[in-house]
Formats: sequence, C-alpha cells, structure tokens
Amino acid sequence: MATVRIPTQLRELSGGQAEVSVEGNTVADVLAALDTAHPGFRGRLFDDAGKLRRFVNVFVADEDVRFLDGLDTKVTDGQTVSIVPAVAGG
Amino acid sequence: MAFIEALACRECARTYPAEALHVCDYCFGPLEVSYDYEAIAANTTRESVAAGPRSIWRYANLLPATNDGAVDLGAGFTPLLRADRLAAQLGLGELWIKNDTLNPTGSFKDRVVSVALARARELGFKVAACASTGNLANSVAAHAARAGMKHYVFIPANLEAGKVLMSAVYGHNLIAVEGSYDDVNRLCAELASEHPTWAFVNVNLRTYYAEGSKTLAFETAEQLGWEAPDHVVVPVGSGSQLTKIAKGFRELAKVGLLDEEPNVRVSGAQALGCSPIAQAFADGSDYVRPVKPDTIAKSIAIGNPADGIYALDEVRSSDGAFGAVSEGEIVEGIRMLARTEGIFTETAGGTTIATLAKLAAEGVVRRDERVVAYVTGHGLKTIEAIGDLGPTATIKPTLDAFAEAVDVEGEA
Repeated sequence: MATVRIPTQLRELSGGQAEVSVEGNTVADVLAALDTAHPGFRGRLFDDAGKLRRFVNVFVADEDVRFLDGLDTKVTDGQTVSIVPAVAGG
Repeated sequence: MAFIEALACRECARTYPAEALHVCDYCFGPLEVSYDYEAIAANTTRESVAAGPRSIWRYANLLPATNDGAVDLGAGFTPLLRADRLAAQLGLGELWIKNDTLNPTGSFKDRVVSVALARARELGFKVAACASTGNLANSVAAHAARAGMKHYVFIPANLEAGKVLMSAVYGHNLIAVEGSYDDVNRLCAELASEHPTWAFVNVNLRTYYAEGSKTLAFETAEQLGWEAPDHVVVPVGSGSQLTKIAKGFRELAKVGLLDEEPNVRVSGAQALGCSPIAQAFADGSDYVRPVKPDTIAKSIAIGNPADGIYALDEVRSSDGAFGAVSEGEIVEGIRMLARTEGIFTETAGGTTIATLAKLAAEGVVRRDERVVAYVTGHGLKTIEAIGDLGPTATIKPTLDAFAEAVDVEGEA
C-alpha cells in the first residue's frame, strides 16, 4: 500500500481527501490505481501521449521521479507518492 | 489592454478570462496573454510608436495593461550603446549593450512591475506584493509608494545591504525570510492563496508581469532602426526575461513593425553556483533539475526556475547556447564592462558579460554577428561583490605628492 498526497487543486477528484491509499509497485501502477479509485486523475496528470504533464511533479520519498526512473520508479510498501504542481515566481 | 483577447494555457491551450490568474486549473501550465494581433497591426505603426512616451508605454498596444500615470516612474527606453572597446577585447565585431541599469530603481524589473501594477489597479487591487531576489523588491516597493498602494515585499534574509536598504526606504512592509529565494517563493505561493486581494506581481499577476520584459526586445529593435539583432545574450534566473525577449522580436514582425521574420539566436547566462538550466542544456535534458543556489549573483539565484523549460526551448530552437561562469569570472565581467565601456553593473550583468566572453571564445557568439548583451541591473546594488577596489593612491594635497605617487608620463 502506498500513500498518495493530493494537492489542493485536485482534491475535487478525491472527494476532498488530502491523502489516498492505493496499491502499486511503481509510480505508473500507483497513479493508475489512483485513477481507478477516483476517475479523472489520468487526464489531469498525463498528456495525450501518456507522458507526465510538464508542470506536474511527482515525488517518491521526497525525490522527483524525473530524476529517478520516471514512471517506472519503484514504490515500496508504506512509501508516500506526492503530486506537486510546479511553482511560478521569479 | 484594449487588445487582450483572453489568457491561454501554454501547455494545453485552455482559455481563461483576463483576470488575476496565472496557472491552468486543469494541467497546472502557466497562462499566457492572447492578443488580437490583427487589431494591434491595424493600430500600430513605427510613427505611432515614435510619437509615444519615452518609456515602455510607447509599446502599450503590445502590453496587457494601459498606461497608468499613478504607477509610472518612467521605466524603459534605456540606451542601447555600441560597445566597440569591449567587442575588441572579446574578438567580436558589432556589439551593443542594452544598458538597463538606467531604470528608476536601477534594474529591468521596473518594466515588469509597471505593467503588473497597472493591470492590478485595473483589476481593483489595492495591495502590491512580490517574492524577490532583490531587484523586484526595490521596484515593487517604489512603484507601490508612487501609486499609494500598501505593499508586502518578501526577500531572502541574506541579500546584499544595498538591495535591502533600497527596498526598505519606501516604507512598510519588507519581510526578510530565512531561506533561499525558492523558499521565499513557496511561502508567497501559499500567501497568495491566503490573501487573494493582494496583487503578487510574480504570482497571481505573473501572466501580465512577465509581458513587460518584451519591451527589452521592442526597444532594441527600434534603436537598431527597426531591425532585429543576430544574437542576444540574456541573464537567466527564472528564464522569464529570456523567453519574453524572444517573444518580443517575433511579435514585432507579427504586427508589421519589422519588415521580415526575425532570426535571433538567443543565448542564456547563468552563474555556476546556480545553473540548473545551463546544466540541463549541457546534458541535453528536457527537464531542469532544481539546485540549491550558492553564488554572488543573487538576483538570478533561482534554484527552481519557473520558465526553465521554455528558456531551454527558445535557446535550442534558435541555435543559441547557455553558458555558466564562476564567481571570479563574474567579478571580472563587472570590471571589464566598467573599464571598457563605462557601465557599472551588478553581479547578474557581470554574469552576462562573462558568459558573452566565454561564448565568444568558444565561437558560439561570432564576429560576423550583430550582438546585443542585456545588462539589467546597476552596480551600486552589489558593491560588496567586487572586493577591495580603492584609490590608485592616497596622497597629501601637494603637487610633489601627486608626482611621486603617479607616473603620468609612464601612463601616457
């Protein structure tokens, strides 16, 4: 079981929950399970080609998955997967 | 203002009304102002621009706000200077310096703040705010004072003394945050949600704010006799200024102010101590890995740059390059520009000149190109960065003392 942290902007999809627990051994599996449990996440997180949208960041244990193994990054039992929109500024 | 159509997401193209919005609700991409370019073209000529004020507002038709006298301190229309001595030193041909140190608060930020606060007032905001690496804080505090707006300006606590003083002098509130700019920025993102009635120029007003940097391209082209340069070198923090300069040249062609489609190579300058975009460029990566900044070039010390991928796109698609330079090279860049051209810039400008030197030595910036380097902040802001410069000699007030101390014949 992994815990997915949902940003405020997407909580309308999770019934207001800030955290959702789902099964999955990779980031791809976890996010697919999230979309099954709460339909609508797929379109918000992935573009039409199935790639993670450029202004959506996903962290496993506080490390950006783009600098791990991307969607193939392993998720172990009890780990937290965070969805974090990119910040503006500068 | 009259020519805004809507805001549109740069990533998924969903459209939004022209309000204080900066991010797409659907995919989190940044929003961009859409204009009615046909109407702008029909209402804008070189003559109408020339008849406008000697400020950024001569290009009001291409900006997302109308000139608001209450905010205006006279930002923009700064000199474009031919730099033959610096060019000779770097082995370049036609080199120009856009001397944007000569803005009301000493940096290009006056351009973006004028636009953002003019738009903020149109939208009914009474409070100005920002997350800043220093120059923006100076500018927001000054323009808010000018407009009689209350302000909340947030900076990293370790900024240069000059930038702190130049923000504090305009009155309350200047808040120093213990952390890097990226920490300040995250805090301000949260504060912007808590205080939706505040105009955070680079958060909820960022879509409008960023457009102000296009005027750096507009002025350059006008000052070159309505021609685009071949190559520009731009300092890069968030990547916004570089992206908007590239956009600015394209827009001039779109509305008929340039005779032909510009073909400007765009190169970016970063400090080695904070070079996430230059690193992504060197690695051939499509993503910018955030870093913890550690450099004297504090005004561009942004470890998690919001427009990093767009700056990469512009540089790659225009056949430009990124360069990253050491602290010593930055200081030498400041001194070289001062000695050769009489322009005193802060550390970000030193970064630009040092990167220009590096790219010229590598043959990326070429002798046969018309080159413009953007020098966007004044040297008095970062005097502690340039070390122990002092008088050639300290003497008694006598002719003998002078003759003994200075070899005038030898220097002739």
